[in-house]
Amino acid sequence: MFKRLAFTLLLFLSISWNARAELHIDITEGTFKPVQIAITPFDGGGDPELGNIAQEISKVIGNDLQSCGLFIVVDPHAYIQNARDVMSHPRFADWKILHAEALVGGLVKRSGNNLQVDFRLFDVFTESQLTGLALGTDPINWRRVAHKIADEIYERITGDKGYFDTRVVYVAESGPEMSRSSRLAIMDQDGENHQFISTGNRRVLLPRFSPCRKKIAYVDFGANDKTPTLHIHNLETGEAEALGSVDGQKMSPRFSPHGDHIILSSAKKGATALYKMDLKTKQFEKITSTTSTIDVSPCYSPDETKIVFISDRGGQPQIYVRDAGGSNDTRISFSTGRYDNPVWSPRGDLIAFTRQNGGTFYIGVMRPDGSGERMLDSGYLLEGPTWSPNGREVMYTCQDSTHGKVGLCSIDIVGFHKRKVNIPGEGSYPTW
Amino acid sequence: MRLKISSLLATAALALSACDCCTDECLDASGQGALAAAQAAAAEEACTPGTVADFVDNVGDRVFFDFDRSQVRPEGLETLKRQAAWLSTYSNYVVTINGHCDKRGTTEYNLALGERRANAAKEKLVAFGVDANRMKVVSYGKNRPIVEQDGSEWAYQQNRVAITVLD
Repeated sequence: MFKRLAFTLLLFLSISWNARAELHIDITEGTFKPVQIAITPFDGGGDPELGNIAQEISKVIGNDLQSCGLFIVVDPHAYIQNARDVMSHPRFADWKILHAEALVGGLVKRSGNNLQVDFRLFDVFTESQLTGLALGTDPINWRRVAHKIADEIYERITGDKGYFDTRVVYVAESGPEMSRSSRLAIMDQDGENHQFISTGNRRVLLPRFSPCRKKIAYVDFGANDKTPTLHIHNLETGEAEALGSVDGQKMSPRFSPHGDHIILSSAKKGATALYKMDLKTKQFEKITSTTSTIDVSPCYSPDETKIVFISDRGGQPQIYVRDAGGSNDTRISFSTGRYDNPVWSPRGDLIAFTRQNGGTFYIGVMRPDGSGERMLDSGYLLEGPTWSPNGREVMYTCQDSTHGKVGLCSIDIVGFHKRKVNIPGEGSYPTW
Repeated sequence: MRLKISSLLATAALALSACDCCTDECLDASGQGALAAAQAAAAEEACTPGTVADFVDNVGDRVFFDFDRSQVRPEGLETLKRQAAWLSTYSNYVVTINGHCDKRGTTEYNLALGERRANAAKEKLVAFGVDANRMKVVSYGKNRPIVEQDGSEWAYQQNRVAITVLD
């Protein structure tokens, strides 16, 4: 369904020759100043169609960089050089006057049936080029080119991988509360290229991406809305497969980091235990031995050595970590309230979670040993965090009030720059 | 099904009072417009022993729970006793017990909690003599509210529930 995208990386235009202190933003620091970046509208070489694409590409780059909270785009009205001139001879002294720290220029041209997009990123203060790329692609992929350029800029300046050329799957919801329909949907992380995956005549819950983002595990309640079953949807074939109807109600599926099995919960006789399901043999294996408690919402550490999960064995639902082998269950959350949805950062350094205390919901993070707990956002109803693939941003379900629309929000974990994700209707439980 | 139950709820009082006497009153209500006819039909059905409406209106299909709890309360126990007696009379029915939670929680934990509530009701029914093989349990957690969640305490309470549904 999703066309395989062919990108050619034609050449690195040149590499910085300047060894002086370069423009760099350390996003591990608690406080930082966003980088002022000037993104000149890309040049289409006089071709009106290319000109439009070129302008749109520069807009998408600007939106990406601004959305993450680490960059502020300098007002384009103040620009004193166009993209073509910036590409050949940037007048750094003039850009300094505008307080631009970074400067981007780009050209869009045809190369056979393909687009070729050249861009350069400059450090205004050291007057040097930080990076330059030429990207070739089918014209319909111009948005992905823009995201890739934004990723390159982000990576060059922060030292971290960008996450703009990524997609998000979530549960799109519509209709009144009492007869709500839910559909799996997929979109670019900025809400563009939105497509529905399932039809809406089945209740679907808790979608989770596979490590390669080619499959989605989720719970499907069936045509009769009373047979909740673990399903896997294959994005390449467009097919969904039901996995076993072993005793017990399956919930909370997540792929293992190696992608060869799924970890999940199954509820039976009033107790909910953790299970593993081998994707080759389709065999389920119980891995917690509860007879009365609820063990739910499991998630592996990225190195697959530990599992974080929720248990109410201590009374209220709290966060526990155990060795993947099944020993050393350790409670790591101790604040007042109730926890759910723990999810390990792809960097391994933090666990994001939902916390509910009184009438307020929080999205927070803590280290895997339980230290350093801090809340990123609070509100009427927040739940279901998911990490950006680089572990710098958290997206989650957010609702402002009882009758408010249920939507998706995203926040960066250092600058707390929060954005509403643009979706066509209502939605919940993103997976990134 | 859901729609039917809620419309039955609206007419439960009428149905109950009608059934206290005779079916004539139920039938008298017919011919007074569509709504009245529907109410009459529901009331009449409720008056017919062994029907879904009889079970819902005269026995009671739901037991309620406290916040984050799955212990059956005393009045719930009485309801389940009546359900067990009814199910022993009408032994052709199998049931699904649906577990629900109010919206002030998270999807994952509440799926588990809903199962625990539905199972608590099931265990009582087993204790009162209903064959466990006649009963299935399914949890909708917070994701399938029974009444519109308007933020009122009443609505929260209505949604912390296990409902015995005749299949």
